[in-house]
Amino acid sequence: MILSLAAASLLRHRARTMLAILGVAVSAAMLLDMVMLATGMRESFGSLLLSQGFQLRLAPKGTLPFDTEATIAGADSIVAILRARPEVERVSPVLGGQLHIMTARGAVTTAALGIEPAVQGDYELVAGRHPTGADELVANDALLAAIGRRVGDTITAAADYDPQLRAMAGTRALRIVGRVRFIYFAAEQRGAALPLGTLRSMKGRDADRRMSLAMVRLRDGADVERTRALVEHLVPRAHVISIAEAIQQVDERLSYFRQLAVILGAVSLVVAFLLVTTLVTVSVNERIGEIAVMRAIGVRRWRVVAQIAAEAAAMVLVAMPLGLMLGLVTARYLDSILARFPGLPERVDFFLFQPRAAWTALGLLAVSGVLSAVYPSWRSASLPIAATLRREAVG
Amino acid sequence: MSAVGARAATESPAASRPLVQVHDLVREYRMGKDPVHALRGVSFDVREGEYVAIVGPSGCGKSTLLNLLGVIDRPTAGSVTIDGERVDRLPDARATEFRLRAIGFVFQRFYLMPALTARENVELPMAEAGLRGRARRDRALLLLDYVGLRARERHRPSQLSGGEQQRVAIARALANEPRLVLADEPTGELDAGTGTEMIELFGRLNADGTTIIVVTHDEELARAAKRVIHMRDGRILRDERVR
Repeated sequence: MILSLAAASLLRHRARTMLAILGVAVSAAMLLDMVMLATGMRESFGSLLLSQGFQLRLAPKGTLPFDTEATIAGADSIVAILRARPEVERVSPVLGGQLHIMTARGAVTTAALGIEPAVQGDYELVAGRHPTGADELVANDALLAAIGRRVGDTITAAADYDPQLRAMAGTRALRIVGRVRFIYFAAEQRGAALPLGTLRSMKGRDADRRMSLAMVRLRDGADVERTRALVEHLVPRAHVISIAEAIQQVDERLSYFRQLAVILGAVSLVVAFLLVTTLVTVSVNERIGEIAVMRAIGVRRWRVVAQIAAEAAAMVLVAMPLGLMLGLVTARYLDSILARFPGLPERVDFFLFQPRAAWTALGLLAVSGVLSAVYPSWRSASLPIAATLRREAVG
Repeated sequence: MSAVGARAATESPAASRPLVQVHDLVREYRMGKDPVHALRGVSFDVREGEYVAIVGPSGCGKSTLLNLLGVIDRPTAGSVTIDGERVDRLPDARATEFRLRAIGFVFQRFYLMPALTARENVELPMAEAGLRGRARRDRALLLLDYVGLRARERHRPSQLSGGEQQRVAIARALANEPRLVLADEPTGELDAGTGTEMIELFGRLNADGTTIIVVTHDEELARAAKRVIHMRDGRILRDERVR
């Protein structure tokens, strides 16, 4: 009977009910997006760092990976020490730099990574093969498009440009053997990878036995934090970063995003609360006489409240799937825009759907929607019956 | 037991025990800054099976009195005892329960739930009292049959005439076999012909054993009662048995 009355009351003003449902759905979508934004980047970044299974990263002391152009000297001996550790499964040294590729329209500059193809964790092969030969490289689509070349072509590249002599240095002919997708590169960022030794020789003496970064994958069961401390002890000139620390660094850098998300999420929750409260208050005020009659004929106060709360719950429940769909569509669209954010890996999702967080957010919205109905309904059910009926009769 | 299930009086009202005892009832309230003395010490008894009309000019306090008898208002002083229970100071939850089980209300403006059908309106107090399923439905249909509206059980109030709505309201008032039916100007919104039908229905209801107190301006309705209480300025002017 309560449900019949609640349904009938909602259907009595269909347009108003529909508008309220849409309003709550928009709030739900916004809340969902903000929850996805608040936690998504962190989780997404963590997954990205772990995607190739490397739990530790060695960067020059006082820096983060590729944060500066600093490099670690004595890279080969460091890699040898690490590879000798029983808990270490794989070590992937990386030297970062730039290549200037000659084209008919001039030089095209690209980011370049010197890697050991057998252990690399920086790219995924899309076509062709890894650059196992000394004069080979792989490139991503952005670079291939910029230089107008494809797999199988040979290019001339320089590792350095001397502005005083206005001449390229470390020039070498390289054959493109594969098309790749770089895991940590920003959208549209041009990139190439070539054997570590090749890049070092092109860069000259400054790069001899140096690396920008080493990624370390541990064997199953190894204690990450203990190994991190041990490596830091063994390699005092390197800063050893675990995934947890990297995520913490990201957290600190993106705290503005999180704060924004929390504030906007809270605002959307308040908007939904006020929307339902307003609608219920209007609806209750219209039915004040009915409610007084229900009380007069013996309907208990809590039952009146339950009926009106059921109306609010029904609206919120209908609005939530709509909000969920709207939120996911909006998140995908915003993600496609933010994926072009400079300096951030393309693969990092700003809006990551995590079922638990999403259900928590929507559950919170449902509870606040129902609670928003409690006060106006309790107030109306507590009005003096005789006086209310008299006013209604006069009105 | 009658078809409607009201508790039929087995003896004449004069010989039966008092169902309602009103003692020195006072009700004052404020309208703006001005005090209003709606009732100034009203006392009377109503015995089981009686059919009482309370009449008087507008503002004489008769509706206020009915509200106090129906436990939807509280007196400033005095007492109301119904079926042996003091009801003038009952806490809200107990008063609600008392209204549900012991009182049947009929209002001038019918006050049916517009979203519910005639049958559902009659079922509403029964649902609240915990009557479930088929038993509730059957009793609602029995009551609609009693008021002559069985065929209109699926109609909503907006699809019924004023007289039909009032009949549904009477059926609703009888839903939980109340000790007492209170009616506030039940013919006030009806035309003369429909009003006469309503008067006949109240007469039949009383003949079947239901105790009725009706507040009215309608002389024909008052004449149908067995006892008439005349009020003026918050006091009982005259209390007479007419039949």
